[in-house]
Order: sequence, then C-alpha cells, then structure tokens
Amino acid sequence: MFIINCPFCGERDQSEFSAGGEAHIIRPKQPTELSDDEWADFLFMRKNIKGIQFERWYHAHGCRKWFNVVRDTSNDKIHAVYKMGEKPPIK
Amino acid sequence: MKNNYSIISLLKNSLSYHENWQQAWRDPEPKKEYDAVIVGGGGHGLATAFYLAKKHKMKNIAVVEKGWIGGGNTGRNTTIIRSNYLWDASAGLYDHALKIWENLSLELNYNVMFSQRGVMNLAHNLQDVRDLKRRTHANRLNGIDAEWLSTEEVKKFCPIINTSPNIRYPVLGGTLQRRAGTARHDAVAWGYARGADEMGVDIIQNCEVKGIKRNGDNVEGIETIKGFIKTKKIGVVAAGHSSVIANMAGIRLPLESKPLQALVSEPVKPIIDTVVMSNAVHAYVSQSDKGELVIGAGTDAYVSYTQRGSHNIVEGTLKAILELYPIFSRMKMLRQWGGIVDICPDASPIISKTSIKGLYFNCGWGTGGFKATPGSGDLFAHTIANDEPHELNAAFNINRFISGDLVDEHGAAAVAH
Amino acid sequence: MSESFRSSETKFLEKTIRISFKFNGKTFYGYKGDTLASALLSNGIHLVGRSFKYHRPRGIMTCGSEEPNAIVQIGGNGVFTEPNVRATEQELYEGLEATSQNCWPSVEFDIGGINNLISPVIPAGFYYKTFMWPKKFWYSLYEPAIRKSAGLGKSPTQPDPELYEHKYIHCDVLVVGGGISGVIAANISADNGNNTLLINDKSSLGGSTIYQDDQNYKINEKISSDWLNNEINNLKNKENLTILNRTSLAAYHSYNFLLARENISDHKSLNERSNQLRQRLWKIRAKKVILATGAIERPLIFNNNDRPGVMLASSVKKYIDHYGVRCGNKNVIFTNNDTSYETALSLNKKGLNVSVIDIRKNSSSKLVQSVKKNGIKIYWNHTVVDTKGYRKIKSIQIMQLSDDGSNVTGKKINLDCDCLSLSGGWTPMVHLFTQSGGKLKFRDEDQVFLPNTAMSDQISIGSCNGDFELDDVVNNTITSIKKFLDITSTSFDNLNIHCPKQKENRNIWLLPNDKPLGKTKPFLDFQNDSTAKDIKLAMREGFRSIEHVKRYTTTGMGTDQGKLANMHALGIISEAAGVKMGSLGTTTFRPPYTPLTFGTIVGRGVGTFFDITRKTPMHEWHVENKAEFENVGQWKRAWFYPKGNENMHQAVQRESKTARESAGILDASTLGKIDIKGTDASEFLNRVYTNAWSKLGIGKCRYGLMLNEDGMVYDDGVTTRLGENHYIMTTTTGGAANVLSKLEDYLQTEWPELDVWLTSVTDQYATASICGPNSKNILKKLFPSIEFNDENFPHMSFKNAKLDNVDCRIMRISFTGEHSYEINIDSKYGKSLWEKCMETGKEYNITPYGTETMHLLRAEKGFIIVGQDTDGTMTPIDLQMDWIVSKKKYDFIGKRSLYRSDTMREDRKQLVGLITDDPNEVLEEGAQIVRDVKKKPIEMLGHVTSSYFSPNLNKSIALAVVRNGKKLKGNKLYVPMKNKTINVTVSDYIFYDKENKRLNA
Repeated sequence: MFIINCPFCGERDQSEFSAGGEAHIIRPKQPTELSDDEWADFLFMRKNIKGIQFERWYHAHGCRKWFNVVRDTSNDKIHAVYKMGEKPPIK
Repeated sequence: MKNNYSIISLLKNSLSYHENWQQAWRDPEPKKEYDAVIVGGGGHGLATAFYLAKKHKMKNIAVVEKGWIGGGNTGRNTTIIRSNYLWDASAGLYDHALKIWENLSLELNYNVMFSQRGVMNLAHNLQDVRDLKRRTHANRLNGIDAEWLSTEEVKKFCPIINTSPNIRYPVLGGTLQRRAGTARHDAVAWGYARGADEMGVDIIQNCEVKGIKRNGDNVEGIETIKGFIKTKKIGVVAAGHSSVIANMAGIRLPLESKPLQALVSEPVKPIIDTVVMSNAVHAYVSQSDKGELVIGAGTDAYVSYTQRGSHNIVEGTLKAILELYPIFSRMKMLRQWGGIVDICPDASPIISKTSIKGLYFNCGWGTGGFKATPGSGDLFAHTIANDEPHELNAAFNINRFISGDLVDEHGAAAVAH
Repeated sequence: MSESFRSSETKFLEKTIRISFKFNGKTFYGYKGDTLASALLSNGIHLVGRSFKYHRPRGIMTCGSEEPNAIVQIGGNGVFTEPNVRATEQELYEGLEATSQNCWPSVEFDIGGINNLISPVIPAGFYYKTFMWPKKFWYSLYEPAIRKSAGLGKSPTQPDPELYEHKYIHCDVLVVGGGISGVIAANISADNGNNTLLINDKSSLGGSTIYQDDQNYKINEKISSDWLNNEINNLKNKENLTILNRTSLAAYHSYNFLLARENISDHKSLNERSNQLRQRLWKIRAKKVILATGAIERPLIFNNNDRPGVMLASSVKKYIDHYGVRCGNKNVIFTNNDTSYETALSLNKKGLNVSVIDIRKNSSSKLVQSVKKNGIKIYWNHTVVDTKGYRKIKSIQIMQLSDDGSNVTGKKINLDCDCLSLSGGWTPMVHLFTQSGGKLKFRDEDQVFLPNTAMSDQISIGSCNGDFELDDVVNNTITSIKKFLDITSTSFDNLNIHCPKQKENRNIWLLPNDKPLGKTKPFLDFQNDSTAKDIKLAMREGFRSIEHVKRYTTTGMGTDQGKLANMHALGIISEAAGVKMGSLGTTTFRPPYTPLTFGTIVGRGVGTFFDITRKTPMHEWHVENKAEFENVGQWKRAWFYPKGNENMHQAVQRESKTARESAGILDASTLGKIDIKGTDASEFLNRVYTNAWSKLGIGKCRYGLMLNEDGMVYDDGVTTRLGENHYIMTTTTGGAANVLSKLEDYLQTEWPELDVWLTSVTDQYATASICGPNSKNILKKLFPSIEFNDENFPHMSFKNAKLDNVDCRIMRISFTGEHSYEINIDSKYGKSLWEKCMETGKEYNITPYGTETMHLLRAEKGFIIVGQDTDGTMTPIDLQMDWIVSKKKYDFIGKRSLYRSDTMREDRKQLVGLITDDPNEVLEEGAQIVRDVKKKPIEMLGHVTSSYFSPNLNKSIALAVVRNGKKLKGNKLYVPMKNKTINVTVSDYIFYDKENKRLNA
C-alpha cells in the first residue's frame, strides 16, 4: 500500500488512486496514416519494465487529476511525481 | 531407468529406511550447446521440455531456471483446473489440457493429485446469468461438460453457500463443470521435471538468463550467469518476467505484469468439497487435501515485480468470501502471498513464434495459467519442434494484436483462476 | 479436580478469582491471569492434541505464539466455536470450553494413531509416489481418506454472532513489542515529542524480564523486574503515548503500513461479551517503526523429542515464575547454552528436583556456577538419545558425545523424568522485518539471522536484533533509539547494569544417536510431523532448494508457520549439502505473523455493509409500490411492478402493452450524467464519439456511440447541447464512472489544449422518462407553459422548464420508439416529480415500468444495450450502425482500429433479428446458433443476446449476433438446446415500427 504524493493534494493512501499504466505513450496525431503494425504498437505493446517505470496515476477518489509517477517496479519505491505535460524530473 | 513409484516401491524402500531412493532429477552443469533451450522452469516450461523429448524426440534440451523449479506462479496459484471457456479457440486449448490432466499421474508416474471435484461459477446479476448461460451452451456444443444450476441446485451441490435472496448480491444460479477440479501444484512441476530428466533433459536451476544473442533475425544462444549456451531454438516460458526476457531480445510484447495475491486459512476438517468461483463478488475458494481453505484474491491494477500486492485486495476478497460463506468469519488466515502474472489485453495467452527465427514465447496467461500447464507444454513443444503452431494454438499468435482478431475471454478469464 | 501442580504464589494471577473451564468435557479450575495452557498444566495435563500426520500424542511445549502442539478447538459446537486456537495464548475465562483436535474417539485413545505404526512406509512425499492406480480411486477413495485424516480443528458451521471493526491510526513512532526494549523505546520516543504507539501482544507489558526474579540481573541496583515495573508505571502518564495490550502485529507492508489485531473480548466469558466487539484491526501508518519483537527459544532435535512433557526451557521457567505452575516433579533440562540454567535455578528455588544435560563440555558462566552451588547434577558433553512414555514422558536415555560431537559413545544412562526442558539457543523474530522487505545477515557465533538492510524507516532492537544479554539489550536499545530518533540524551543514559555474561553455545542441529537415522524419529516440525529423516530424504531425492525441501516435507507449513522448525531445517540442509549455514538464505516469512481471523480482516464490511447500495430519489416510491428490484452495478433498479399475484412475465406483458397503448413511466435516474462545459466542448465530443457534433444546434439532442481505442463499442447515450459551450452527456448505468475517468484521461493527457471541463452530475439529477401516445398530454398538464407540438418541441430536442418553480430539463428522446420525454430535476425533488407524473397521468392509466419492460420495448425497436448485445468484441459496423460512424471526421477514439484486417472482414459476427418458427417459443438468452446441427465439430455462428415475448407483436422476438449475419437475412438457422433444437429465421433486427411513425404519434 503505497503513499502517493498527489501533485495537487499531497500524500494520500494508494487506495484513493487508480493506475493508468505506462506514461509518455503519445497517441498518434494521425492514426489513419499508421500501418496496422504501428497502430498495434501504440495500442497494445508495452515496455512493462522491471525497474524504473514512468507511469500514470489518476486521483479517482480525490481531485480527479491524472499525473505521472516514477516508480521502481522491482520494489515499488516511488522516486518522483510530476504533473501531466511536465518533463520527468529524473531520467 | 528411474525407480518406478508405487506402493510396492514404498514398501520395499521402507525396509532400507528410504535411504536408496534415486534423485528425482539431476543437477547438471549446462553444456555448451543444446538443440533447444527452454527459459523458465515452471510447470509450463518443464512440460514443454517433457513433450519435446517425448513426442518430438528432441533429446538435447535444457531448461534454465532463475531460481528453483516450480518456484514462480506454479507454486503460488490456487490450482483450479477447468476448461469451460467461451470461445472455440480457448475451449479447444483448455480442454486439450484437461484431457491430459485426466491421465497425467499415470503418464508421469507421479501423483499430481488431480481431483475432479467440480468447479462451480456463480451468477449474481442478470447479465451474469446471460453470460454464464451463453458459456454453458457454447461449452456443451464444444463437447465440454457444463451444466446450468438453479439457485437451489447450487445450494444442493455446495450447502455452505449463502443463497439467501436477501444478501447484497444474491446467487441467481451458476454453472458446473464436473470434470474440473484442482491438482497439487508442486507435484506438477516435480513430476514433469522427473519425467523430462529421465529422457535426458538438463534441468539447470539457479541459472538466470542475462541476454539473448541474435544474429540478425536468428537466435544464436543465451547468456546466463553460468555462461553462454549456444542454441538455435529458445522457448521462453517465464511468466511474470516475459517482458524482461523479450526486452533482452529486443522485442516488445502486449503484456503488463501485475501482482496477484492468494491466501490460505488454517487447516480444518473437510467443509467444502468443490471449487466455487464468483466473478461478480470476486470470491474463489476450495479446500486443499491438507484442509486449508485456498482462496484466490485479485490482481492490482499497476505493474509490479515485487511479488506482493496491496492489502485492499486481500480485504476485498475476504469480504466477498464472508458474504457468500458467513460461517467462515471465525476462520483464520494462515498465510498470504503474491505472484506476478503477465496479462494480455484480451485475457488470452500467447503461444507463438515471434519475428525472430528460433525465438518462441509462451506467456500472457494472466491469472489462469496453471490449468493449462500440460496442454500448454504439449502445444508449445509442437510449435518449437515444427516451427509452426498446432491448430489448437494457432489462434494464440502474437499477430492477433495487429490484425485485431483477439480471443476476448474477459468474461471467462479476467479474474479467473 | 484440584490443581496439584500449582506450587507457588505469584503476583501475576488473581487468586481471588477462581475460574472453572472444561477440557474435553471435564471441568477444571484455574485463576484469572492463567492461559488455558497454564491452567491445564496446573492440573497436571500435558497431553492436549494429536499431530497432523502420525497422530502422535502431543503436549504443551511453549508459552507463546510459536506453540506447535497445543492447538485446540475453543467454544464447543456453538456459534462461538473456533478451531486451531493456541492454548498457550488463550486467556482463561469462566466457562471456557476447549477440546482436543484431530483425534477420535479421544485424545488419550486415537484410532488415527495407527498412522504412527505405518510411519515407516509413509515418509515425506509418499503420496506423490502412490495412490495413482486405478485412476478413479484417487477421487473416490484415497483422497477422501487423506482429507478426512488431515485438517486440524473443525470449521464453524453457523454465522458469527460477533462484530469486528477497523481503526486507522497515524503515528510518528510505532513500537512493536512490550518487553524491556520496547518499553524503553516507547519511553524515549514519547519523551521526545513523538506521537507514539506501543503495541504488545500480551495482556500486560514487561516481556520475560517482568518475572525475572533473580539477583543475578540488576539495573541501578534493583532487580531487573522491579526496575522494569517502575518504568512501565512511568509510561502510564504520557499523553502522546498510546499503549495497546493484547494486540499483535499481523503484517508489515511497504511504506510503513502495518496491520495489528487487538483482542477485545476473546479473554472474556460469554456473558461479558454481549454486543461487544470481538477484535479490532488497526491499520497503522507510522513515520518510523521500532521492532522489539523478541526471540524464541529453539528446541533440540533428537530421537522421540516430541512426547508430552517435552517443553522449551524458557517456557518451563515462565510457567513456574509467572503462573506458579510446575510442569513436572522430576525435571531434566537438556541444553546447549547458559540461559536454560536460569530455568534450573527457578525450579530449584521452588524446591523441585532438577538435573541438567548439557551437550557442551563445560561452561564457566556465573549462572552455571550458581547451579553447581545449588547441588544440581550436570551431565556435561551428553545428549539425549531416546525418550520413553506414550502419553507423557517417563524417562530418557542419555549418552556421552564423541569429541567432535558427531557421534555418541559409552554406556546409556537411564534417567526418570516427567518433564524434559529443551534449549537449543535463541532465534530472533525477524519475521516482521523481512515482511517489510528487509534483508537479513547471518551471525556465525550463535547461528542467527539478523536484520541487515531495511526497505523503510525502521530499526530492530533487543533480542530480535540479536542482543541476548540484559546489558546489551538495554544499552544497545538506548544507543540505537538515540540515533534513530536523532536524540542526544535520554533519561536512561548511564544505567548501571549487572548480569551474568553467557558463554558460547555449542550448536549441533541434529544430535547424534546410537541408532541409524532411519530407525529414529527426530522431529523438527512437531505439528506437521516432519523429521530430520524427511529433510535428508528430500535432499537425497534432489530437492536442494530450501523452498523445495519445505514443500516436499511440509516443514514449517503448520499453523505455527515453522517458528520452531525452520532454523533446524536450514541447519540440517546446510550440513547435508556441505554449505555454510546462511548462504542458503531463508524461506520467505509471509504475513500474517500469527493467523488472523477473516472477520477481523473484513471488519464491518459484512452483510448490508458488503457494498454500497445506490438508490434513486424515487426508490421509496418503488418500494411502496411493490416493485421487484434488479442489481445493476451498485444501483438498485426497479425491475418490474407486479400487481396482485402477477408473475414477472405477466407484469412485463401488461407494462409493455400499456406503455405503447397509452403511457408508461420509467425511473431513469441511474443513467450516468456528465456535464461538459468549455469552448472546445463540441470538438471534444467529435473526438470521443463516432459521429459528428459540431453542427448540433443548441437545444438539440443526439445519440452517440463511444468506442474503445481498439474499435469496440464501449458505451452509448444521448447528449444534449444546452448552450453554445455546454452539453450534458448521458452514459449507461454501469459505465458512468469508467466513462468519466476515460474522458478525463483523454482530456488531461492527450488533449490538454482543449478547453473542456467535466463534472459528474449523475447523483444531482433525478430522471423520469414518460413514453407512449399519451405522454404529450401528460407533459402538457405538467408544464402548461410549454407548447408541445412537433414544431416547437420536436423529437431529439430539449427545453428548460419549471415545475412549481423548480427548474427542470425536458428532453424529447425515446428509447422505446414511442413518443417520449425525459424530465430531469434536482434529485431532491425526484420523488415529488415522480408522484406528480403519476398523479397527472392517472387519467391515461400511466403505468410504471421497470428495466425488464424497458429492455423488451427497446428490443422491439432493435435498440442495443451495451453490455448485453455487445461484449467488447463488437464494432459499430458489426451492429449495423454504420450510419453513426462519421466518414468525414479525421479521427475519433477507436477509428483507426476499425480499419485493421480483422475488423474490416465482412463475415464478422453481426447484429441480426431472429424469429422462431413457433411464435410462442422464446429463445434463451445466451443460446448458441448454428447452421448445421449434424456437423462435427459443430460450428457456432453466434448467440442470442436479447429475447422476449412481445405482447405488442404477439410473438417472440430475439436479437442475436451471427457470423456473416447481414448476408443471412431470411435464412433458416438452428438453436440447439439440451433437449431439443429450435428453428429460427434470420430477420431484420427492428421488429416494430420500422418507419418510426410512433415517435411523433
């Protein structure tokens, strides 16, 4: 049970949030111009990384804001939290 | 030739205080080269090696395992075995497995304790009823035993379920597959390991894979902590860590690895003689031969490789258990644990070739891979040996995510064990 | 029966309160302050249970949570029954009933004991090797027999009358453990301004120091127990310290989230319990955690070390010093270290006969000297090789150890005894530390695993951190706490501590015997009957990993989770494998630390609190009017309104007919409603729906279909343009929350440039939908100021209105195909709106209808229900809704996926209608459809998604999805049921009023 530091509300229990999967997968601006392969890549393929992952969380039972989290999926340590549109504070 | 296991051999060995039993499998060092290397020594991987050796006469095979065999999801699941899946492709796959299960103890000369005590799926709302009836009809036409039970019949089959119409989500009926049941998870891994070893398969434990060597679009071998192993065929069956291995080979898979939890109660005398699953209120329970209630909890929604999930999930699961079985309120949780499951977007597995020649993946079983173990091993072995899928796993290729021809089993498998 | 083994006075019992209790049907007595175990021992009872596999007689072995044997059923057969309760932890209460488990007919004479005789044939893992033939016997014969003999206690068979609850607590510092180090830690923490929580699993603080009545142990010139008592008293007045006794830490999760169970009434008699909470689960978030969980004593592993009367030395000491109970009259202590000499001194002080067998060659510690001074016989360099006595130990045989300890020599010596105390050293309780993700290190000197690196902000102190001497415990605790809490000085600095320093242990994991191992029974896991032989057998068979050995032999898998067995198992494995102990790691310690009641984990979330029940503002009216309800998600929706003795079919037929013939009214308040505002609202809708929205006029409504990015239908509903930049979207009842979060997702992450604001208003509005040819007449009466003609208020448009000065929104939209209006009003007026509609509609026989009739009416019109006619695999094209997919729009969610090779196939499953040959035959929803019944394997083309008997058409109708269905119109297909096959013809999916004449009727 993590504590997530919502950039809008502060530290809250994980149960207030829902996970939104890998971050920075940008929806193609011109989907119709992609091949089936490229579209499948956007739609389904994931890094599913073991280690530092950049991911999205949604403060569903709170401010209803989506934001980004940097979490190590091998030990669940959260290294940083940042708003949508911001650059990741760590690489 | 290995010792045959039987009551006779037990009696015989008791005379020498059981000091003369052979090793169930050797503990070899890896050779320089194999015809095929299976990455992952769980039930699926060991079964793959077993059938490669048995049916496809490949003798020079290794199974490499990061830890100890059967130590991943094989040893962490709630052991439910059934084949009542909705779509033809899934029904074919899982019933193929179920048929092998029915003779597996004899095939392996190892008692995997496959116990056909039936699996019941409960309906709690009108759409559940429609969905489960749909599944029952499809199963029946696919030759899979399936019965629709009224609420009264549910109660009769499992008297401890609370079928009162006054509970929050009353039981509106259910389906029953009598051929379904449970098995002893560890025994499956050990039985396949012993059988594979006997046919010459090298089972190499504590041998983590560090890299996959490619030459263009062909595989050349694997880098392990015990050195480089040359091979032209690599079958990856590393549930939970499939994406990690895929990354080594430079490919991406449509998977997310998530924590799945389960728990057992303290052992008690027999109280529930079947497996009951309820998707809607999310409670799965059976009783092990030891007497423990075996309870499957759900997955968390985030990626994690920690083998631990959040407490909410366990609490929610037990809430559902007490809703359906109020008599268990004073029972005690003895042990809880987590595993890592990799989940496909359509809740169906991948048993497939890849864009790299000689690299095969068997993954994406989500929460329900244990039941498929023998069938999955058999079909994956076929795919590796022939470089072509068997007709029963043709639908479970990776390309379906490109074409859109998914095998959407969310209804049957999303949270199914 | 008299308590003939209660030998001394003790301040820890309330001797004025005598308590009667029953064990296996017989009445006994004890005192307030006793545990069930101490009370039984005071009555001379050791034999309390039978072991899991061999059904060997077993006695009380310990005095705490590590107890493997004394596991009993509490509470008789009634509603308070509880299996597998450790007698060593159960506090005695008046009227307590306890029975032995896993034995029949009685614990003294148990038929299952036959397993002990055949034990040579059933070693570890025997069941993997047999019972395979004939196949069907496994399920019919072997397995039932195994199951019957397995299990320990009995599950309750009635619902639990008691309550449980959860409580959250946030603290600066959590101290786990109420022994001397925990007390010191709590003291320092609280004194330094930290909000501190101290939890202690016993009924009072003090651990084992509190009954240490020995001049050898002194702090500041006081006997250690007196000093500690004083410190405990000091704790009581600290405002920022909360002490929870009878509370045991169950789980230590990441981010310092911990769960603890507080026993509220398990120690009270049934009379005192009425209406009380039984247990409370504390959910703790601690900034810092101090673990002071102590250590437990190890047994020694030798032949027949499991008889009743064989106990841990420290427990024997606690029974005499704390409970005033002697466990035997002729005591032998068998040890490998100095601490057990304290037990010898305690027993000697009470005038009891005691001798010591020590596997060490000598020890010069002060304790040993005291023992010698008291004339107690010590057998140095000896080991026990066998024990006698079936239901209670009677005698032991000892032999001298060879020089290297690997063998025995000399003559056997027989010693009579009725209690054998074992001490094999100490194991720090690092369970919680490892649960939190901490990594261990191994200390060779005394062969213990100790906390090394932690994952969260925590420390371990006292004996769980490997300090076993009083001075080390106290001094290191103080030093660590200062560092941990960043404190420079404490009131405990410069204590003057005296204690006898202990000498080295001699560690032999499996003691040698004169017999070959095969002929002996050296138990490791007493509950599960696994022996050192089993471990060696497993290793011989190739099980090398400790997890393999554990699973193959079931060592450490009992209700004590191997608290006593695991270290010896590891030791024996390391020895046999020829590797250094510690290099193998340990098995994983999984939560909970001690078994945790399901009810406690669930708390109040049972019965009516299992899940939220969402009710519409009109709910009470439906209840008063005898509606039957359907669960839709968390909502209760009126399903149908039976009149008199009507069944569902009759009610639905009546409701459906009236709705089409005159007027019907539906509570549609559960539909999701999202308020959408902003200058880019139209563009936003363009992107989320398949159809175009820019040209929708203000005051107009439009049906929209929403896809997933994979092209499959996700949700649908009517959206109304309320103003230039203002829309109200409706969603399906079940989809509301998901749609909102999905829309927020796209808005905030993909299209942050759009000026759009979303608000859920589902609960803010109540909705009544009135349909039928008389709906207009009713609306006219309700809203006299509005002109209800087709020009002023056409189909698919909206008006603001007032009902008695309350604002309403009226949409002229239809899900039934009838002329129809939806009136939305502030929820708090929902019920009065509904009543007004009923009142006003009376003259038109306005009839309330539920979801079943709604489903029927829309099916007649061929309108889909997302989730019933779709299943996440249907595209709009599959639903023959090509018209709603904009060809002009550049993009919308899911568009690209519609152009994949599989989604473009023309022979996908498509929505069609089905007409049965027999108009009275109603197909079963979910039934499968085939073209050729005889073909093997049978080919299923699709299934029936919706099916009803239509009173308006006087025949059955069905919607179905059928492979290539568009092209099969007019074809005959079959629906094979279990007992018959039903003939059907593929039809159009609109059955009623294809020309939409009734919308304007």
